[in-house]
Amino acid sequence: MPAVSKGDGMRGLAVFISDIRNCKSKEAEIKRINKELANIRSKFKGDKALDGYSKKKYVCKLLFIFLLGHDIDFGHMEAVNLLSSNRYTEKQIGYLFISVLVNSNSELIRLINNAIKNDLASRNPTFMGLALHCIANVGSREMAEAFAGEIPKVLVAGDTMDSVKQSAALCLLRLYRTSPDLVPMGDWTSRVVHLLNDQHLGVVTAATSLITTLAQKNPEEFKTSVSLAVSRLSRIVTSASTDLQDYTYYFVPAPWLSVKLLRLLQCYPPPEDPAVRGRLTECLETILNKAQEPPKSKKVQHSNAKNAVLFEAISLIIHHDSEPNLLVRACNQLGQFLQHRETNLRYLALESMCTLASSEFSHEAVKTHIETVINALKTERDVSVRQRAVDLLYAMCDRSNAQQIVAEMLSYLETADYSIREEIVLKVAILAEKYAVDYTWYVDTILNLIRIAGDYVSEEVWYRVIQIVINRDDVQGYAAKTVFEALQAPACHENLVKVGGYILGEFGNLIAGDPRSSPLIQFSLLHSKFHLCSVPTRALLLSTYIKFVNLFPEVKATIQDVLRSDSQLRNADVELQQRAVEYLRLSTVASTDILATVLEEMPPFPERESSILAKLKKKKGPSTVTGLEDSKRERGADINGGPEPTPASAASTPSPSADLLGLGAAPPAPVGPPASSGGLLVDVFSDSPSAVAPLAPGSEDNFARFVCKNNGVLFENQLLQIGLKSEFRQNLGRMFIFYGNKTSTQFLNFTPTLICSDDLQATLSLQTKPVDPTVDGGAQVRQAVNIECVSDFTEAPVLNIQFRYGGTFQNVSVKLPITLNKFFQPTEMASQDFFQRWKQLSNPQQEVQNIFKAKHPMDTEITKAKIIGFGSALLEEVDPNPANFVGAGIIHTKSTQIGCLLRLEPNLQAQMYRLTLRTSKETVSQRLCELLSDQF
Amino acid sequence: MIKFFLMVNKQGQTRLSKYYEHVEINKRTLLETEVIKSCLSRSNEQCSFIEFKDFKLVYRQYAALFIVVGVNDTENEMAIYEFIHNFVEVLDEYFSRVIMFNLDKVHIILDEMVLNGCIVETNRARILAPLLILDKMSES
Repeated sequence: MPAVSKGDGMRGLAVFISDIRNCKSKEAEIKRINKELANIRSKFKGDKALDGYSKKKYVCKLLFIFLLGHDIDFGHMEAVNLLSSNRYTEKQIGYLFISVLVNSNSELIRLINNAIKNDLASRNPTFMGLALHCIANVGSREMAEAFAGEIPKVLVAGDTMDSVKQSAALCLLRLYRTSPDLVPMGDWTSRVVHLLNDQHLGVVTAATSLITTLAQKNPEEFKTSVSLAVSRLSRIVTSASTDLQDYTYYFVPAPWLSVKLLRLLQCYPPPEDPAVRGRLTECLETILNKAQEPPKSKKVQHSNAKNAVLFEAISLIIHHDSEPNLLVRACNQLGQFLQHRETNLRYLALESMCTLASSEFSHEAVKTHIETVINALKTERDVSVRQRAVDLLYAMCDRSNAQQIVAEMLSYLETADYSIREEIVLKVAILAEKYAVDYTWYVDTILNLIRIAGDYVSEEVWYRVIQIVINRDDVQGYAAKTVFEALQAPACHENLVKVGGYILGEFGNLIAGDPRSSPLIQFSLLHSKFHLCSVPTRALLLSTYIKFVNLFPEVKATIQDVLRSDSQLRNADVELQQRAVEYLRLSTVASTDILATVLEEMPPFPERESSILAKLKKKKGPSTVTGLEDSKRERGADINGGPEPTPASAASTPSPSADLLGLGAAPPAPVGPPASSGGLLVDVFSDSPSAVAPLAPGSEDNFARFVCKNNGVLFENQLLQIGLKSEFRQNLGRMFIFYGNKTSTQFLNFTPTLICSDDLQATLSLQTKPVDPTVDGGAQVRQAVNIECVSDFTEAPVLNIQFRYGGTFQNVSVKLPITLNKFFQPTEMASQDFFQRWKQLSNPQQEVQNIFKAKHPMDTEITKAKIIGFGSALLEEVDPNPANFVGAGIIHTKSTQIGCLLRLEPNLQAQMYRLTLRTSKETVSQRLCELLSDQF
Repeated sequence: MIKFFLMVNKQGQTRLSKYYEHVEINKRTLLETEVIKSCLSRSNEQCSFIEFKDFKLVYRQYAALFIVVGVNDTENEMAIYEFIHNFVEVLDEYFSRVIMFNLDKVHIILDEMVLNGCIVETNRARILAPLLILDKMSES
């Protein structure tokens, strides 16, 4: 930051900084810096002793050079010398340098600690302040060891200046956060607590932060803080606004301190001493009363500060959850805010009310606001407020209003923002299950969910509906009939096909009596969807077909014909082919009895925690949902609605794939091969003998180099070189990996493995064959990988190589540069077309923009080459500004094609780029922007 | 606790940044870009709190300048929101004109008000006291 205050001189520094700013290129800057470094070095080494001013100036220059991103390897000693200066400005620069550039050089630390010790003992409040700030900034273990005993003394000493106490309190907080073991509780704790009584409100403010943190970890030691905090709060709240002089902010007495005190009280249960408790209740009532009084000022600052305190008081009331009267008053107050014209207040009111809803005292009171909340859902213009409204509806839901709330959420879902759809889907699914009296309603709700927002219905949701239908025989017939009807729609979501396929396979017989849904009609209906579906769904449908063979002998011949067709028996996908072969065989060789045993109806699933709930918890973080669920459970088991309510201490959360094992129909992931088919290398589940090594250093950099090119050396160490050659066309690709043995000794047990996360497996399919386990010295082996992009993906597979070399085990992991942009197909278009399409993709979700600093020299030709290498077409004479680059292309995946437009605007002067990506899919824009930003 | 305090202009240039939790220098630019992007995309009708990754942003706009504070869930949003205004009023009181030429002093003011991620002083006179002493020293 090139700001030099006037009166403080240091002209040399100002000149240097302006020199640097005028540098035209990175090279010139480095040259200028090296010159300056040489100059400073010679000054420091020179015979003439430097005066304090020059020392300060040079240390300041070093600091500036460091902040520009260059390494500094000298000058520390001079900075330490400045610490012992008696001039404030010199000392300050010394401490600044130490705070920014501290290293663990033990010699130096000792000197620094010494200087700090002297300053702490100096009784000069300004110097003490500098020393304390330095400890707080560095906060290293060595410093904690040296001063953890000292600072509490400074903090509680009677003669310490107020400002020093403030710094000491927060310095101690820092040390406690970094090295709690070095800050032992002791006599000082009780005296720290008494700082809450300090005359000076600044000291109280700082001390409250410290005490709150300490009390969270050591509640017993700091118990006395409760009564002190209550009495301090009471004095603030009841004071006339003029009593606290400068701590009054727009007629609100000490709002920030009040908030902190109320926070501190939230570390403890309601006070046991009736007197303290009475006084606190009085305080809280006063705060609630003040909200109703006419404002003392028309200024928005006044009401904001007042409301900050009010919201914190309500948090405390909710935390105590013991005074029905206060809870109901809090709820009414929040109810008023729900209709306030300030968006901020509506947002916070919805958020607070969410926690109120889980209290048994106020649950009913919260429910009275249901219409307002539903209205908010429909009319709020801010998505984050709407999201809070959804949360609150979820929290206030019980059996009495479940149908209304679920209906409202479903109708909101039709227009909801993409960012929160998945969460709403999960919430609707949970509420529908939990409060279902009538399971036909549940089935209808879930099918509606799939119809409205099929893309956002995660696996867990449809697994769950199947679990429930299987476990409750009263709903099976209805479910079969409903899915059959839903499948009649000309275009239905793939998830519906999955649910439909599964349910008809199990319970299709229940509706087969009706001639409108005879076995053959059921089968043709399902099979009409077959070719539009992805591999996992097709696999599931094949299982349904074999179940039909068992349920309805009359369609056996038709189904056998289908299984026998080339498109099944010779399907390119291993899983489908295997199923077709096995099912066909099963249907021909097995007797009716055996078939009936093998394909018997699914046994009921064991009751367990809903997998959807687990998913929501994972999404929202455990605290929010768990709290709500647990407290509701306590209120009555019947609310759970399920046949056997899950115990609150539900055992380990089942993973989605564990759920699936019960279903047995769909494979866990399209690329996850059965352990037996050794031909496939992508196998994360196999018990590999040793753990996978962490990524090799430099792997990220190498990875980035391959984004815009296809061939080159991916990895090299003394033993092994890995080269790549790859080509891509549409959504397919082939990559040759060359492993070169650089030594003269054989590699044994040479096993390269491709590792994909679960998410990646679903979106990117990789197939390869194992390589020869011995690699001779100097030899090179080649491995081919067939790649198919199923849908857009963000992660990259990891290539792990394990082998033995001369008796030692080697383990190397590198990221394999298969990135989304490889599936780019360039598209040429004229300027007019480009901007027309650009405008069409103007939803905020479709655009991703990044502004970043150039990492490489900004050369037009290189940039052009990179954009072409990235895969898009480079469109010349399209952008009105010739300095800008625009590109267009189509990302091919198996399921869809995604049109992409990009625009790169260089700013030579600032050495910055602005990159904008517009595609029809948010995740694609995001990923392409990340990938390309790294290239310049 | 307060995680960071940013002053960013409408063009996305960071004018002041102060981190109370260690963030690597090269990640800061990225974080700041994302932060300002999410603030710029909002309208007046939207609230001043944004859920951002695992924490919250509280922001206020003053003409072309955004002040954005990143906080974790132990802070009261409204209190932080008003704290920003308090900070701005202190700046107004001290600086007669454009503050951007005196960033070092803005830092000093901020350091007086926030220490280690905690609000430490809200009293205007006491916040400015050290600066006034400094000014006196350099005048003499």
